[in-house]
Amino acid sequence: MNELRDFFHMGGYAVYVWTSYGLAAAVLLANVIHPLLQRRRLFALLARRRRRAARN
Amino acid sequence: MMRFLHKLASPKTFYALSGRIIPWAGVSALLLILVGAYWGLVEAPADYQQGDSFRIIYVHVPAAWMSLFVYVVMAGAGAIGLIWRIKLAEIIAISSAPIGASFTFLALVTGSLWGKPMWGTWWVWDARLTSELILLFLYLGVMALYGAVEDKRTASRAAAILAIVGVVNIPIIHYSVEWWNTLHQGPTVTKLDKPSIAPEMLWPLLIMALGFKLYYVATVLMRARVELLERERNSRWVQEMVEAG
Repeated sequence: MNELRDFFHMGGYAVYVWTSYGLAAAVLLANVIHPLLQRRRLFALLARRRRRAARN
Repeated sequence: MMRFLHKLASPKTFYALSGRIIPWAGVSALLLILVGAYWGLVEAPADYQQGDSFRIIYVHVPAAWMSLFVYVVMAGAGAIGLIWRIKLAEIIAISSAPIGASFTFLALVTGSLWGKPMWGTWWVWDARLTSELILLFLYLGVMALYGAVEDKRTASRAAAILAIVGVVNIPIIHYSVEWWNTLHQGPTVTKLDKPSIAPEMLWPLLIMALGFKLYYVATVLMRARVELLERERNSRWVQEMVEAG
């Protein structure tokens, strides 16, 4: 249990170390999610346009 | 060879091929980053001078390396698009910009988070930090310029020229710690003689760097595919794909 506490404590540098790693994880994740959302939006737009064209 | 390259540059082939590369690059990147982070945070010994704060190196240095690498790729692809009018090169260039900006942002912020406990300050206007900040503005400038022009081909050309001009900043960043007296420490890994870092500290760094590189491959292809679909939205193969669902 002490080992785990030491690990999270990071020798007193916990704030700096964990903020760095947390921020990196967030930024890396955002760069994966963003293109996925854009792709979904584009497909929805194109599908809508196609349906409209088919009606006319 | 030229025929193969020509075929590769066709939008439909690129779309299919990149779709097969992305999962492999993405999963390898994730595994490498997880191993690198575990090794760096748990297994590597604390630094005898900096204690556990040095563990920030495993995010900071790979991010800083990638901020330069992605910029060179972006400017190179931009130049190819400019000279040979290859649409795919334009797309790779502009898809690289937000990822490069992300790496630059991470390098700056983690550097700041490392500087506070070690130097006693979040920021100094020394050569390394200032030139890296300019790199961030270059990325943002390329993105803003591209977004400001309606026609995508014209926008690509304008953004490529800005990116190419900005390449001058790359050697300045790299050599800044040697040319000027900076607060930032000199190179520890890329020295010609033996790197001045212990192997058990170096390995996780290299693993992390490789993970970041594969991550870039996966995410730039993801962005490029969306950009490609957007530009080719009126072509038959995109229409057929939308129809298929």
